[in-house]
Amino acid sequence: MTNILAPENSSQLVDAVRSARADGTTLEVIAGGTRRGYGRPVDADAVLDVSGLTGVIDYDPAELVLTARPGTPMREIASLLASRGQHLAFEPTDQAPLWGGAGGAGTLGGALSVGLGGPRRPMAGGARDHFLGFEAVNGFGHLFSAGGKVIKNVTGYDLPKLAAGALGTLCVLSEVTVKVLPAPADVATLALEGLDDAVALRALAMALGSPAAVSGAVHLPYGADGLGDGPLTLLRLEGVPVSVAGRAASLQTLLTEVAPRARLIGGEESRRLWRDVGDLHPLQGSAEDVIWRVSLAPSAGAAFVAALPEGLGGRHFYDWGGGLVWLFLPAAEDGHAAAVRTTLAGVSRDGHATLFRAAEAVRRAQPVFQPLEPGLAALSDRVKERFDPDRILNPGRFYGKV
Amino acid sequence: MLMPVPDKAVMEGRDAFVAGLRVLIDDGLIEDPAELSAYSCDGLTAYQQLPLAVVLPRTVEEVSRILRYCHERDVKVVARGSGTSLSGGALPLADGIVMAMGRFNRILEIDYDDRVAVVQPGVTNLAISNAVAHRDFYYAPDPSSQIACSIGGNVAENAGGVHCLKYGMTSNNLLGLEMVLIDGTVVRLGGRGLDTPGYDLLGVVCGSEGMLGVVTEVTVRILPRPQVQRALLLGFATVEAAGNCVASIIGEGIIPAALEIMDRPAIHAAEDFVHAGYPLDVEALMIAELDGTPEEVDHLIAEVEAIALAAGASYAKASTSEAERVLFWTGRKAAFPAVGRISPDYYCVDGTIPRRTLGEVLNRITEIGGRHGLKVANVFHAGDGNLHPMVLYDSNIPGQLEAAEAVGAQILETCVEVGGVLSGEHGVGIEKRDLMHRQFGPADLEQQTRLKCAFDEKNLLNPGKVFPELCRCAEMGKIHVHRGALRFPELPRF
Ligand SMILES: Cc1cc2nc3c(=O)[nH]c(=O)nc-3n(C[C@H](O)[C@H](O)[C@H](O)COP(=O)(O)OP(=O)(O)OC[C@H]3O[C@@H](n4cnc5c(N)ncnc54)[C@H](O)[C@@H]3O)c2cc1C
Repeated sequence: MTNILAPENSSQLVDAVRSARADGTTLEVIAGGTRRGYGRPVDADAVLDVSGLTGVIDYDPAELVLTARPGTPMREIASLLASRGQHLAFEPTDQAPLWGGAGGAGTLGGALSVGLGGPRRPMAGGARDHFLGFEAVNGFGHLFSAGGKVIKNVTGYDLPKLAAGALGTLCVLSEVTVKVLPAPADVATLALEGLDDAVALRALAMALGSPAAVSGAVHLPYGADGLGDGPLTLLRLEGVPVSVAGRAASLQTLLTEVAPRARLIGGEESRRLWRDVGDLHPLQGSAEDVIWRVSLAPSAGAAFVAALPEGLGGRHFYDWGGGLVWLFLPAAEDGHAAAVRTTLAGVSRDGHATLFRAAEAVRRAQPVFQPLEPGLAALSDRVKERFDPDRILNPGRFYGKV
Repeated sequence: MLMPVPDKAVMEGRDAFVAGLRVLIDDGLIEDPAELSAYSCDGLTAYQQLPLAVVLPRTVEEVSRILRYCHERDVKVVARGSGTSLSGGALPLADGIVMAMGRFNRILEIDYDDRVAVVQPGVTNLAISNAVAHRDFYYAPDPSSQIACSIGGNVAENAGGVHCLKYGMTSNNLLGLEMVLIDGTVVRLGGRGLDTPGYDLLGVVCGSEGMLGVVTEVTVRILPRPQVQRALLLGFATVEAAGNCVASIIGEGIIPAALEIMDRPAIHAAEDFVHAGYPLDVEALMIAELDGTPEEVDHLIAEVEAIALAAGASYAKASTSEAERVLFWTGRKAAFPAVGRISPDYYCVDGTIPRRTLGEVLNRITEIGGRHGLKVANVFHAGDGNLHPMVLYDSNIPGQLEAAEAVGAQILETCVEVGGVLSGEHGVGIEKRDLMHRQFGPADLEQQTRLKCAFDEKNLLNPGKVFPELCRCAEMGKIHVHRGALRFPELPRF
C-alpha cells in the first residue's frame, strides 16, 4: 500500500518533503484529489496529501485580497466571498464529476495549481492573473515565499504565475493569496439560435470587438440542458442592471444581420447556464469518451474543427470566443492524439492541445500536454530542476521528466 | 550603490572583443565614448556608467548571434528599450555591452478578429494604441511615460498605469513573446491563444527586468474602447478621508477604471502648472474615472459621488464633456513635471501598501521627510494602493541627494512593514536592490535567483540588478546522492 503523508501545518510539510528527499522517495501531491486523472499518471513512492492545510487566514474585502491555506475547499471560499458580494473573477470550474468524482470537492490550492480559467477568461484573466502570492516548500525542502499580499506588485520575479498551472511539479503550496473582486450585481445572456460554427464564431468576434464588455462568449453546436439541442451561441453581459440591459440591446442590434434569431436569458437561468458551460455539461456524453482541450487563436477555432478528419464521431463546443475548443470523442487507442494534433498544426502555429481526459493507458502512451519545441522543453526542464533537483514532486505529471 | 567588480579579463580584452562584434553586426555598433555616453544611464539619472560598447541589432538572427558571442566570451549584456526606467534597470555595466532595441520598431501585424497586435519590442507603448485608434481599439496599460517607453521595456518591468485597477498591468495584457536566451537560443512563449502549454514562462519573464532573455517580438491584447469615459473630481479635508472613500467605493462593488489621489503639495504644484481647475482648499484630491455605456457611466458617477459625499467629500465635480475629462487628467498626468517646477530635483518613489494603512503611511512619510529636512509631494494610484511619493531636493546642495535616497529607502521600508511591497510598477533595478532582503527572506531570494540560473547560468544578462547577491548556480553540487546513485544520471548537471 502506498504510504500517505498528511501534514497539518507548514513545518510538518517541510519535514515531509525533506525526509522524502533524504530517502529518495518521490511524492504524488494531492489536495482534494479530484484531478488525479488529469495529466500524465504519476508513479510516486508516496502520496503527500495536503488537504489538511485548511483555513482562511486573512480576508479584507476592501483590499480585494484573500489569504488562505491551499487545502481550503473552494466551496468554503466561494461562500465566504459571496457573503461579502465578492468572487474569484477567474471563475474556477468544478469539473471533478468528469472523472467520476463528487461535485464541490475541489480546493483553492488545487484550482490554482491546475490553473484553468472559466468562461470569463478572455475578459477577466485566468487563475494566473489572480494569484498574487504564496508560501511553499520546494523540492529542496525549503520553505519560501513569493509574490505579495497586495494587488499591485512587481518586486522580484512573478513566481505565482509560474506556480499557477504547474500541477504541483515545482513546489508544494502551504499558503496562497489571491485577488478577489466584487461579483457583478446583474447578469444576462443574449442567446443566438441556429447558427453554424463559422457564422457563430463570426458573431462572437463581432461581440468581443464591440464596446459591450462581453464576459462570456461560447458557441454550443448541440445546445444546452433545458434550451434544446439546436445550435446556441451565448454572450454574457454582467454589471449594474441599467448597463446590462442597455448593452444587451445594443449587441442584439449589432448582430441582427448575422443572427436574426435571438433572445435574452435573465439572471438566475444565466448563472446556471454559465456554471454548466464551465463544468462542460453541454457535452456530457459517455464516461469513456476522451476529452480534448484545444487552445488557439479564436479566429482559427472553427477552421480547426472543420479540418478534423471525418468520422471521428465526436461532439464539440467553443468557449473564449472560439479560442478554446472542447472535444468529446469516442475512446480510441491513441485517444485520437494523431488526428487532433496534426489537424491543429495545420491551422495554427501556436495552438496547443491537451488530452484532458483519457484512460490511464492512453495517458501513459501519448503526450498529454502539447509537446514543446526543443529549446523550450530544455528550458522548462532546467526550471523544474531549479525548484526540485531530485524530481521528487509529482514526477512526470507534465512531460517525461517534468 | 555598489556594482559587481568588473571582470578584469573582459576589460583587458575589450579591443579584440569589439573587433569580433564588428563582424557580427555591419552597421549598428557604437564604440566611441562620446556616442556611448547617450546610453550611460536610464531614467534614474543619478547613476551613470559607460558600457564596453552598444549594439543596435535589427533582426532576431543578429540578436542571437551577438548573445551567443557574448556568452562564449563571458561578456555581460544589458538590454535597453527607451531608457525611461526609474529603477536603473537599463544602467550599463563597465564590463558589458548594451543591446539597444530601438531598431526593432515595426508593428508587425494587427488582427481585429483575434484582437491582438504583434509588434517589435522597440515600438512605443502609445504607438500601439495609436495604430488601432481608427478602429476604436486601444492597448490598455498606460504608463505616464507611454509616449516614450517601449513595449519591450514594459514587458521587462511589467509596467502599469492609471487604468490597471480595472484593466490589469502589462502581464495581464500580454499573450506572447519571442525571446532570445543568453546562449542564442530563440524561444517562443505563448501566442494568440489565452494560455500557454507547460510552465507559464511568459508570466515569469514579464517583470523579470531584462535578466532572463532579450525580447524580440511581443503579442498583446487590444481592447475595444469603452463608449464613454467620465471623470469625477472629489476633494477631502484629510487624506485618511479620501483613503476611506476608496474603501467605500470598492465596498459598494464598484471598480472604477481609474482611482487616483493627490495630496496638497501635489495638487498645488499641478494646478499652478496646468490650471486644471483643481480646488486648492482641500488636503486630498481624488480623480475617479468611470467608463462603459452612457447610462452605466451616468449611473456610476452619481453613485460614486453619493458615496464620496457620505464619506465627507467637501468638493465634487463630474466632467460633463470629453474636453473637461481630459482637463481633469492634465493636472494628474503633469504631476511629475509640475513638481519639477517647484523643486530643482525630485526623487520619485514607488511602493504598494494595503490601502487601509494609507493615512498612517502618509503621516510617516511626512515625518521621515521632516527628519531629513525634505518635503514630499504625493500622488497615488489609490485603487490599488500604489504610492508615488516625490521627495523634493536640490542636488547642488551637498548631501541632499543622499538624504533624498535615505528618505526613499525609509518610505519603502515602511511600505513593507505595513504589509506592502517595494515596487508597484517601476521595478527593483539597482534602486531597490539592497532593500530586497526587507521584503524577502534568504530562502525566498534563493529560489528567485535559482530561477535566474535556469535561464542564464553564467549570470551574464543584467547582473547586479534586482538581487543583492548573485545567484549561486554552482549549488547543484549539493545534489543529494542516494546510495551512491544520482537520480536521473542522464540529465546534464551544471
Ligand atoms: C516620467 C516617467 C513616468 C513614468 N511613469 C510610469 C508609469 O506610470 N507606470 C510604470 O509602470 N512605469 C512608469 N515609468 C517607468 C518606465 O517608463 C517603465 O518602467 C517602462 O516600462 C520602461 O520602458 P523602457 O523602454 O524605457 O525600458 P528601459 O528603461 O530601456 O529598460 C527597462 C528594463 O527593461 C529591460 N529591457 C528593455 N527592453 C528589453 C527587451 N527588448 N528585452 C529584454 N529586456 C528589455 C532593460 O534591460 C531594463 O532592465 C515612468 C518613467 C518616467 C521617466
